[in-house]
Amino acid sequence: MSWEQFVQYLMTGLTAGCIYALVGLGFTIVYAVTGIINFAQGEFVMLGGMISYELAVSAGMPLWPAVLLSVLIAAAVGALLYVLGIRPARKASLVSLIIITIGASILIRGVAGELWGKNPVRPPAFSGEEALQILGARIQPQAIWIIGATFVIMIILHVFFAYTMMGKALKASSVSRLGAGLVGIDTRMMALAGFCLAAMLGGIAGVITAPLTTTSYSMGAMLGVKGFVAAAIGGFKSQLAAVVGGIAIGIIESFVVAANWGPFTSNYKDAIALIVLLVILLVRSGRIASEERAS
Amino acid sequence: MRRWFKLPLVAMLLVVALPLAACGSDGSSTDNEPYKVGAVFAVTGFNSPLGTPEKQTVDMMVKQINDNGGINGHPLEVTVYDTKSDSPTCLIMAQKLIDDGVVAIIGPSGTGESLAIVDAVTAAQIPLVACAAGQGIVIPDSTKPNEPRYWVFSTPQFDVFAVTRLYQYMKDHGITRIATISDTGGFGKSGKAVLEDATRLASYGLTLTASETFDPVNDTSMQVQLSRIKNSSPDAVICWGTNPGPALVARDMKTLGMQTPLFCSHGIANKEFITVGGSAVNGVILPAGKLSVADQLPESDAQKQVLVQYKSDFESIYGTGSANGFGGYAYDALSIVVAALTKAGPDRAKVRDEIEKTTNFAGTAGIFNMSSTNHNGLQLDCFVMVKIVDGKWTWLQS
Repeated sequence: MSWEQFVQYLMTGLTAGCIYALVGLGFTIVYAVTGIINFAQGEFVMLGGMISYELAVSAGMPLWPAVLLSVLIAAAVGALLYVLGIRPARKASLVSLIIITIGASILIRGVAGELWGKNPVRPPAFSGEEALQILGARIQPQAIWIIGATFVIMIILHVFFAYTMMGKALKASSVSRLGAGLVGIDTRMMALAGFCLAAMLGGIAGVITAPLTTTSYSMGAMLGVKGFVAAAIGGFKSQLAAVVGGIAIGIIESFVVAANWGPFTSNYKDAIALIVLLVILLVRSGRIASEERAS
Repeated sequence: MRRWFKLPLVAMLLVVALPLAACGSDGSSTDNEPYKVGAVFAVTGFNSPLGTPEKQTVDMMVKQINDNGGINGHPLEVTVYDTKSDSPTCLIMAQKLIDDGVVAIIGPSGTGESLAIVDAVTAAQIPLVACAAGQGIVIPDSTKPNEPRYWVFSTPQFDVFAVTRLYQYMKDHGITRIATISDTGGFGKSGKAVLEDATRLASYGLTLTASETFDPVNDTSMQVQLSRIKNSSPDAVICWGTNPGPALVARDMKTLGMQTPLFCSHGIANKEFITVGGSAVNGVILPAGKLSVADQLPESDAQKQVLVQYKSDFESIYGTGSANGFGGYAYDALSIVVAALTKAGPDRAKVRDEIEKTTNFAGTAGIFNMSSTNHNGLQLDCFVMVKIVDGKWTWLQS
């Protein structure tokens, strides 16, 4: 493998990994605030991409307003999911709530398929499609956007949770809902904010990746799985671990496809994330269960 | 602007559950008993870009036929069931159609789904006209190409015609070293087998320099596979798959600065390839059914009339540029069944016999000449070579 090829594979993997990381971040936020694993997270990515296409191409809006509006609409759908799906059932067990999110993901996918059709679409790239040379590798400018956005978002989230009142309140609700309530934090409001924020992140991931990867009504499912695995690496608690995990999966996938070794051709690329998931579940299941009991 | 207003609907529909419109047919008030035909299409799921235009085509044709007085005065009733792109579901739905008492079944959309129901239709002694391309649907044993399944027919062009056409073109243009990249779905897999057949490669003087695959749904970058192909320095790259994968292959070849010409399959011949691929797909050459270049064909072409008619009928309902070969397969299948019903009436065995007698029928996929030894009936000439020039399908007259 030449140096140029190595960099090429690395950058391809890094780009894919950042997409998984963005989806994984959404999982960690909802989990932190509500304890729910939101299986509709991948659908927000799809919504972001599809809506930005509808606005920027079908409706002819300028790109940046279209992108911004798409993210806001995705966030609004996240809020609706909480208000209409999760909140009325808040007395139900966590498992029931998780099943509600699975139902919501099927509903969102179905509605999107009916509204926008089944064919893949691709919104315009943010800064053209002339490939850039980086360390001998050639990559699309949109890939730089994806990688850059992931790191910027990670830093913003860190600052938000560590230094702002709202962020601290969210964090407090995640540590102990009862305790947070006792000190005057409106935990239901926090749960709403958590869903909104996660959906917004999903929307951002969608608008930013769709110009590179294309999008279609059904693309949320597999992205959801990859993001889930990324988040699971950190036990759904650590955002840093979710980002590192997502990027690791992306890079491993890229090199496995590149190696084309034995059974691990691109046919089985998606198995990698699932194998990682199995390992995590085996290693961490004891810890996750004991944490559940403690909270 | 119309679609813009649909956006708030997403929110609204989250409140009220989506009522999935049942797809029945409007019972015309004729005294005569309706002729019942069944259809199984992948209206949802990963094959929905195929199944959706197929269902739309059937809806359109049923209306046209009944507006013109039906079949010998009998209204045509087509029940369409969604297979969800899933073989077990397809089998259940086909069984349901058989129990409903339909005379014939058209569809399914995918090769896997079709293979799942060939035994059931054979057992029920009901003719099936499949809209999927796999040769194995009609020919159970590839070593005996003249012994098709008795009750099973199909309308799409076989892969082997497309590959033969493509290899002939390559030979004529002095291409000898080729690399393939195919999708891991049914379409790519069966295409890959035909493409990489050693005897076929040898007979056209071709050498295979690399053979790569990609996942049709989840691979969003082809750069890794293409870097490997680039290193093998072929004269041409052949990408065998359905959208959007091949469009991404075209884009990533540009990203990697590859000058090698890209050839694709007939699986991409619909407008999504160009809308998704943008300027990167200019210069792509492929063997395609004539539908994509219908308006460029000479008047003398036997298919010209049906192609132009189908295209304008379909696009007047579903929008400019919406007609594609998949809907065409359903058009051909239903047309053949309707012609048989006209002659034989609602009798399954007689309808089967009439389908088998289909000769010189100009459909959208080609000229059909079926017989007891050929249940597809198309020839090599069903494909033309097409090049994408400035975002338009352009016929390469040979």
